[in-house]
Amino acid sequence: MNVLLGNLDLYGPGFLTTVELFGCAALGSLLLGTILAVLRVSPVPVLRAAGATYVTLLVNTPLTLLFLFFAFGFPILRILSLSPFWGAVCALTVYTSAFVCEAVRSGINTVSFGQTEASRAIGLTFGQTLANVVLPQALRSVVPPLMSQLIALLKNTTIAAGFSVVEAGAIQYYLSDRGENVLVGLLWVALFFVLLVVPLTLVQRGLERRWRVAR
Amino acid sequence: MTAEPTSLYDIPGPRARVRHGLYGVIGSVLVLGLVAFVLYRLWLADQFAGTLWEWLQYQRVQVDLLRAIGETLRAFALAAVLALVFGAVFAAGRLSEHPLFRAPSVLVVEFFRAVPLVIMMFVFYYGLPTAGLKMTPFLAVVLGLTLYNGSVLAEVFRAGVLAMPHGQSEAAYALGMRKTQVMVSVLLPQALRAMLPSIVSQLVVLLKDTALGFIITYDELLYYMRSLGGQVAFHRPLIPVMIIGGGIYVVMCLLLSWLARYLESRNRRSGRRPAVPVPPELPEAA
Repeated sequence: MNVLLGNLDLYGPGFLTTVELFGCAALGSLLLGTILAVLRVSPVPVLRAAGATYVTLLVNTPLTLLFLFFAFGFPILRILSLSPFWGAVCALTVYTSAFVCEAVRSGINTVSFGQTEASRAIGLTFGQTLANVVLPQALRSVVPPLMSQLIALLKNTTIAAGFSVVEAGAIQYYLSDRGENVLVGLLWVALFFVLLVVPLTLVQRGLERRWRVAR
Repeated sequence: MTAEPTSLYDIPGPRARVRHGLYGVIGSVLVLGLVAFVLYRLWLADQFAGTLWEWLQYQRVQVDLLRAIGETLRAFALAAVLALVFGAVFAAGRLSEHPLFRAPSVLVVEFFRAVPLVIMMFVFYYGLPTAGLKMTPFLAVVLGLTLYNGSVLAEVFRAGVLAMPHGQSEAAYALGMRKTQVMVSVLLPQALRAMLPSIVSQLVVLLKDTALGFIITYDELLYYMRSLGGQVAFHRPLIPVMIIGGGIYVVMCLLLSWLARYLESRNRRSGRRPAVPVPPELPEAA
């Protein structure tokens, strides 16, 4: 307890930065991931191929490599100068968007062809079909997997600690400078992550269960 | 590449096909433009100069690169085996009818799924020595990977067994089999086959996560790439090293997935199919 209370000036801002990192990267990857998913289900073969290539490459690349790239490789290109924080946001966004894209796409594909055919047969317009038949079903199967990807993103933000972003994962570097018990300090960090992640997991499972029955 | 049948749009008519062709052209121009821009910036930064790629020719570098890949694979192999065992044990615990086994299993699995892998590795590498337990980076990486992926695999196994139709276990019980027999001879063989895609995608995650060892100075592929990329003797070839190293990671992961698909197709040929095909689930982006 002393380790926590004596170093609240580390834990508070540390977890705040984690949450900021998570917020920015979540927004970015939801946006980019949705665009990629639209490309992947579009009727244009070139766009589909582009989306598929992006996803295959990124899903098979370690996130740490992307962090390394945005920390040391990207500055060589001299396109933009990124602070460590925004470099981390870029790495997380580029990586998570591939997973978001897959979650969205597989959700959309669970809505079967017959659904549209049936709604066209009863005379619904394209807009009505989309709004009343396809999207409500697609959303139900998209949201739970999307949430697990966001939970994973929250945990992945800790990698930024290795690339000079002062967030929750970096707390331990400072603790050892202050001569505190690193083990206890780290266990507090772990506990806070459990407190952040477990409620999200419960919500996600609840949604999954409820909506699975509803279909 | 043919599109899967989708309910999002109708089969295009002649006018829609022309419009799609137009989108295709615009899309290709944009994508090619982006690629060309990156290549141009790389060229401006002189990253295609021969001197930056010379390191590839040196035998010492090649040997070291192979050694680094070996280190990555060593951590992967050990952690994969341990994670599978850990997953099996705790899945059995969670499926147990005795609350005495079930409760701790639930706690352990949920805890290790919720803690970020980096934090776990920090605990093992920086935390445990303060409690008097020395850790090599290798051990810390393997332990972290085992606990995290083992917990995820435990959930995969459990879901696989639970997804079996009730008739299977009911029939087995009706034959007079014991609980263990039902699990080992009836449920598990079918569940494992159905869960193979999920298991392998989790193993791909494990392979990628060995790169986290970089942060706690485990001398694996990414760590070697970083030190090679900073060497003045080779003119700091960071970007070329990343291109090659990234390629190595992608190829390793794809090979693993292909191996899984090959095993699956062999299963299918032998006529033994999973009772319920389970759609491959995307692993978490860990």
